[in-house]
Amino acid sequence: MASLIDHVLEGRDILQRRPWPRAVVSAHLWQFVANELVQGRLSLLGLWAEPSMVHMAIMDEDRAEIAIISLDCPDRTYPSIGRHHPPALRPERAIKDLFGITAVGLPDPRPWLDHNNWGVHVPLGDRIDVSSNAAPYPFLPATGDGVHQIAVGPVHAGIIEPGHFRFTASGETVVRLEQRLGYVHKGIEGLMAGADLERGAQLAGRVSGDSTVAYAFAFSKAAEAALELVVPERAMFLRALMAELERLANHLGDIGAICNDASFTLIHAHCSVLREGVLRASAQAFGHRLMRDVIVPGGVARDLGDEGKKIIQATLDTIRRRFPALVELYDNTASLQDRTVDTGVLKSALARQYAAGGYIGRASGRAFDARRTFAYPPYDALQFEVPVLSEGDVNARVWIRVREIEQSLALIEQILSRLPASALRTKPRPLLEAGEGMAIVEGFRGDVLVWVRLRDGRIERCHLRDPSWFQWPLLEAAIEGNIVADFPLCNQSFNCSYSGHDL
Amino acid sequence: MRKLLFESLFRPALTEHAPSSDDAAVTELATAVGHAARRRLGRSLSIREVDAGSCNGCELEIHALNNAFYDVERFGLRFVASPRHADVLIVTGPVTKNMREALARTYDAVPNPKWVVAIGDCARDGGCFAGSYAVVGGVAEVVPVDLHIPGCPPTPNAMLKGLLALLEQADSAVVAP
Repeated sequence: MASLIDHVLEGRDILQRRPWPRAVVSAHLWQFVANELVQGRLSLLGLWAEPSMVHMAIMDEDRAEIAIISLDCPDRTYPSIGRHHPPALRPERAIKDLFGITAVGLPDPRPWLDHNNWGVHVPLGDRIDVSSNAAPYPFLPATGDGVHQIAVGPVHAGIIEPGHFRFTASGETVVRLEQRLGYVHKGIEGLMAGADLERGAQLAGRVSGDSTVAYAFAFSKAAEAALELVVPERAMFLRALMAELERLANHLGDIGAICNDASFTLIHAHCSVLREGVLRASAQAFGHRLMRDVIVPGGVARDLGDEGKKIIQATLDTIRRRFPALVELYDNTASLQDRTVDTGVLKSALARQYAAGGYIGRASGRAFDARRTFAYPPYDALQFEVPVLSEGDVNARVWIRVREIEQSLALIEQILSRLPASALRTKPRPLLEAGEGMAIVEGFRGDVLVWVRLRDGRIERCHLRDPSWFQWPLLEAAIEGNIVADFPLCNQSFNCSYSGHDL
Repeated sequence: MRKLLFESLFRPALTEHAPSSDDAAVTELATAVGHAARRRLGRSLSIREVDAGSCNGCELEIHALNNAFYDVERFGLRFVASPRHADVLIVTGPVTKNMREALARTYDAVPNPKWVVAIGDCARDGGCFAGSYAVVGGVAEVVPVDLHIPGCPPTPNAMLKGLLALLEQADSAVVAP
């Protein structure tokens, strides 16, 4: 039987197939796909634009098939997907802000990234100079007896990224949370345009600091797809090694921070020590605590020596020795469980609708992990399990992380024991004609998607989609009916990226 | 839990484990920071952190300052929740245009005398994001900066060194707010 993706693409010119097909479609087919998204037969992976075209990445989850469909919009309008399928709302608002292309029928026309501070409107489109004049942002209303608002941010109390949260509460109970993001918008996609590959990788590695490996990995993979470049085997294994170290460090940090937000600082203190161990090992093995700028298009910039191997192995041993006691403590502390169990429940249906990746999706029954679903090398040659739970509460998101730490430890050991000998990098050759590529890499937070078009050795257009785009809105849903005091706990258990989202 | 706490009582403190020269340098530096902070501020220096547009890399390393290896609180360096409780504002990131006002307002909320430490390469001049339509540039474009600590991100060690330098500077001459 022909798959849904085949049906969508039937009779269309496939422009590129690196590695997934992209085709220009009619408005009619665009709306057909919108309906398939609503019906849950397809998932939305990304929605982005160019000055007079919109692109949508869609996935048939059962078959792990992906396609990119593009719609020409010479009059700068296209039929809104968000009108039918809410996950598209924020991407459509962002497209309007950056490119001036309007989604017809979009139910929420408020700007998203553009706070009217840039001195320019539609910076990636026609660039209209305007005077900066921050206008008040109309938050969604909530009315009723005794309902009051709490405004938080953009500067928060902790050492975290900036964003604004507007709570409407009735007594202690959150009636509505509305997020306003965009504060750390740096215009990265604008900086990408015209950059060479080296600078592109540097920028990609600075989209979200905690996912610097995942982003450099995804960007490099997309560029390699565009250039049809083969990466040496050793480099592939080293990339996965760094990706797992990054996952390990972040999950350890998160578990500690979640417990800290429940005022249980002991686990936080111990997890911080384990995390520091991973960072120090990374620094000794790869020359940088966060392993920044090590993954480059074509391969990796530096090798792992015997000394580095030993240090990583010693770090794994320490975690294996010390971590189980912390897990046991977490599981057996009633006061802590009281905070995390049944708190911030994300329903499975919502996780599926938003195609939520990472521990957020997997704690709510969505068994998607790009390492497994797409089995990109070297994960096709490695043994690992993808833990899935269905409770969807803070506790489930903690347990997914616990299980993933165990899986990452096992993965790193496999990689260390089978690290093949080969060159480290295939030098990219400049491509004269245009070439496109897309890649999806499983970061610690979820699937990072990068789409890139190269021309004459430079980046013409690059889109980087953080998993947070489809996770942030779910936090608004998960917090509803919880008490305000549990928000930090819920927020930390989601740990969405501000910088990765704001871009 | 009792077992864990018990173990922690008998295990030597992590900060005193000094197997490599690297760790020894931390201890030496930490002692120096402690002395300077005590002289100047009677063992209390409250720090408020503001992310003005960073990628979050610097925040991760600022967090690390609080772990058992660096444990900045033992020198009286403390991260506080409100700018009104702070002596020092630590600012990261290229300042984005969307964060300019929030940064300026946070600075205004810090009582005098106050110092600003800009952390990371982006905080100097916008780093690799300089020139973007959405970026103002370095922190000094918005608030006066007393000290800049370079790095992408700077290591916790480098930050500790930087804070020491700030204390010494504050010691030798009162920095105008």
